[in-house]
Amino acid sequence: MKKVLVILMLAVIGYSLGTSFSTIKFGENRIGDPKEEKNVAAYYLNRTPDELSVANVITAIVVNYRGFDTLGEVSVLFLAATGLGSILYRRRKKGEHPEVITKPASQLLQSGSKLIYPAILVLGAYVFIHGHLTPGGGFQGGAIIATGLLLMMMAYKDFEIRHNVLTWVESIAGITFVSLGLTGLIYGKTFLENFLPTGNINDVVSGGIIPIIYIAVGFKVAAELAGVLETLLSNKEND
Amino acid sequence: MSSIDYNQIMSIGIYGSAIGLILIGLYAVLMKKHLTKIVIGLSIIDAGIHLLFVAIGYIDNGTAPIFSPKGLEMMAAGKTMVDPVPQALVLTAIVIGFGVTAVALSLVIRLYRHNKTARIDQIKSLKW
Repeated sequence: MKKVLVILMLAVIGYSLGTSFSTIKFGENRIGDPKEEKNVAAYYLNRTPDELSVANVITAIVVNYRGFDTLGEVSVLFLAATGLGSILYRRRKKGEHPEVITKPASQLLQSGSKLIYPAILVLGAYVFIHGHLTPGGGFQGGAIIATGLLLMMMAYKDFEIRHNVLTWVESIAGITFVSLGLTGLIYGKTFLENFLPTGNINDVVSGGIIPIIYIAVGFKVAAELAGVLETLLSNKEND
Repeated sequence: MSSIDYNQIMSIGIYGSAIGLILIGLYAVLMKKHLTKIVIGLSIIDAGIHLLFVAIGYIDNGTAPIFSPKGLEMMAAGKTMVDPVPQALVLTAIVIGFGVTAVALSLVIRLYRHNKTARIDQIKSLKW
């Protein structure tokens, strides 16, 4: 009975969504000529190469035009990591066994992860350093680094990331982001204004504060995701 | 010459699969009994919405909005850049989706520890 009702409801929702989206033509050019700046997308496409010398327009939007939004996003991630820690915090009772898997990982996983781990870290660093030139950026690079750490956590039971280190990395990255924003406010007019020389487009050192902010975001996201994984995988010991 | 052109097929296919993902996720949230599966359903809804966003920003004959040498070459060859705004918004949405999933999973772990089960039909305190 419930199933029939649910399927009926889903059919209604699907029909209404489908009819409303069928009026939007797929692949229609709604931007127009970027030079005319008729809408937001055209504005970003037209201004980014000259104003900021950043090749990747999405990075320019995320870090510069909507940089304040990204600051909020990073703090949401921070809140999620902190909330996770406080929700899962529990004291283990005396004589209670930890909930970890006691069987060691296979030889294949252990030696394979040792081989791949440095390469994953380098790839992550590459992705967030080149965030303003190629697809990718701080969030993606941070996630890649966190997957490398997850691999090591799964392969070696005694692989441990110290929470102190994670907290320090996270705090320094966050402080860098906010202080760059405030410096922009002091030297220019708005928070996160680009005050450094922008350089040539498609150079690694170009775009003013954008690469610095994205590297900070990369470190922050990597530390936060590693903290989340650590909290989910381990059991706090408080003796 | 068929009456349905290429564009119509693409729009039905892509919008249809995005809406289909949303509906599948909603079905999992409403019907599944295991809490982990409900969280997976929420993630599937997320994926559908992201697909819908990016699909709306697509432009026919478009390239990625990156002014790399290759991208400029393709622009000179008559391609246009797709809308960058939905892609930037989806980047934000993916990160928020990660946060939601992480907190939801931690609540599931908490419930499992308390009730020794993660199936909502077996949690006694939910019955009335």
